[in-house]
Amino acid sequence: MIRVVLPFHLRTLARVEGEVQLEIEGLVTLRSVLDAIEARYPVLGGTIRDHATQKRRPYLRFYACEEDLSNDPPDTPLPEEVVSGKEPLFIIGAIAGG
Amino acid sequence: MSNVRLLVGTRKGAFVLTSDGKRKKWDVSGPHFAGWEIYHLKGSPADPNRLYASQSSGWFGQVIQRSEDGGKTWDAPGGGVTTAPEGMPKGESNKFVYEGEVGKHLWYDGTPHPWEFKRVWHLEPSWTDPDTVYAGVEDAALFKTTDGGHTWKELPALRHAKGHLWQPGAGGLGLHTILLDRSNPSRIFVAISAAGVFRTEDGGKTWKPATKGLKSSYELPDKSFEVGHCVHHIAMHRSRPNVLFMQKHWDVNRSDDSGDNWHEVSGNLPTDFGFPIDVHAHEPNTIYVVPIKSDSEHYPPDAKLRVYRSRSGGDEWEPLTKGLPQKDCYVNVLRDAMAVDSLDSCGVYFGTTGGQVYGSADAGDNWTAIVHDLPPVLSVEAQTL
Repeated sequence: MIRVVLPFHLRTLARVEGEVQLEIEGLVTLRSVLDAIEARYPVLGGTIRDHATQKRRPYLRFYACEEDLSNDPPDTPLPEEVVSGKEPLFIIGAIAGG
Repeated sequence: MSNVRLLVGTRKGAFVLTSDGKRKKWDVSGPHFAGWEIYHLKGSPADPNRLYASQSSGWFGQVIQRSEDGGKTWDAPGGGVTTAPEGMPKGESNKFVYEGEVGKHLWYDGTPHPWEFKRVWHLEPSWTDPDTVYAGVEDAALFKTTDGGHTWKELPALRHAKGHLWQPGAGGLGLHTILLDRSNPSRIFVAISAAGVFRTEDGGKTWKPATKGLKSSYELPDKSFEVGHCVHHIAMHRSRPNVLFMQKHWDVNRSDDSGDNWHEVSGNLPTDFGFPIDVHAHEPNTIYVVPIKSDSEHYPPDAKLRVYRSRSGGDEWEPLTKGLPQKDCYVNVLRDAMAVDSLDSCGVYFGTTGGQVYGSADAGDNWTAIVHDLPPVLSVEAQTL
C-alpha cells in the first residue's frame, strides 16, 4: 500500500480527505505512483505534471523520508519505506509569496 | 418576472449573484473553487443551467469545471473518481495540447519563443449546442469541445495567420475574446493581445487578420500592419453581426463590414485607453466603455469611476456617474468584466479589481454596488433567466 499526501488544493479538487492510498504492481517509482493517482483521480491529470511533456509542474515538489526527490528521474525506484507504506510520498506546493 | 444571474470570476474563486427582475436585492453564493483563479465562466445560451468555468493556478495548472444546475454544484467533465482500473474515463478535460508542430511566436524582446500553454482565458459556449464550447487560451490559440468539455481539440489554422509574428501584451499572449455569429455558424471572430482580430468564414479551417484601418502608435512586428495590434476587447450585437466595436490599447474603434475596415470612434472620451466594451441588449448602437488612464497607471482618470455610453455607436459619449465613486477611486475594470442582461430595461454590470461588482438596472443611468469586497474581479457574465 503506497501512501501519498496531496496538497490542499488537489485534495479539494479530487474530493479526498487525508492520505491517498494506492496499490501498485511492479516497480514503485514516481512515474508509476503518478500514473496510479491520475488513473484513480482523472481530474488530477495535468495538475501535477504537464499533460504534454509529463514534466513536474514547476511549483510542485516531491518528498519522502525527508529527502527531496523532485529532480530524480521519474523511473527511479522510491525508497523502501514508501514502498512498504511506512512513510508517505509528499507532493508539496512550493511556498511562494512574501 | 425574469431573473438575472451574474457569473463572476475572481482571483480567488467564482461567485454567483442572483436577483429577480427588479435587480435590487441580490443573493451571493461562493466562493466556488476557493483559492483558485477563475478567469472566466459562462452559461450555455441553449441550456442556461449548463455553465462552464475556467479554473487555474500557477501551481496546479488548468482545470475546466462544468455545472448542470446553474452553479450550485460543479464537476470536472470526465474527472470523477474511478475505483476500477478497467474502463476508467480519461482525465482529458484539462488537456489542452497544441496540434502538430508547436511552433514559435515572438517574445517580448522580439526573439522567437515556443508556444506554451498556460491557461484558458475565455469560454464561449455555442448558441445552439450545450456540449459545444470554444476556449481561448494563453499562449494564444483556439480550442473546441463538442462533448461537453471532456476533450478539447485545437483549431490550429488560427496560429497559421502570421502566428510567428504574434507578440504578448503585458498580461500575456492571451486569446481573450470569441464572438460567434448567431446568424452564420461558420463565422467566428477572435481577439488576441497583442496580435489583433482574426476572422474565419469556414468554422475555423482558415483565418485571416481583420485589422485594416487600425492605428497603433508604435512600430508593429508586421510591416503590413495586419498583426501586432493590442486589441483589448471586441463586441457585437447579435442582431447586427457585421458591426463590431473594439476597445484597443490606444483607442475605441468600429467596423461596419465584419472587421474588413475599422475607424476610430473615441470622440470625446477623456482617455481612449481601457479594457471592456459592450453593447446594449436592445439598442445595437448603444455601447459602453470604462476609460482608464493609460497606460502605466491603470486607474480611472481623476480618480472618478465613470462608465461612458454612446448612443450613436461611438464618437459622442456621455459619462455615467450616478452611484459610482467620484473621488479617490483607483480600481481597474478588466476586459471580460462587463456584461449586459436582456430584460426590457437593459441591465449593465461590471466588476473591478477592487472587488466591487456594480450594476445598473436602467441601462447605465443609475448604479449600485451589488457586492463590495470580493477578490479582484476578472470577469462578469450576465444571464437572463
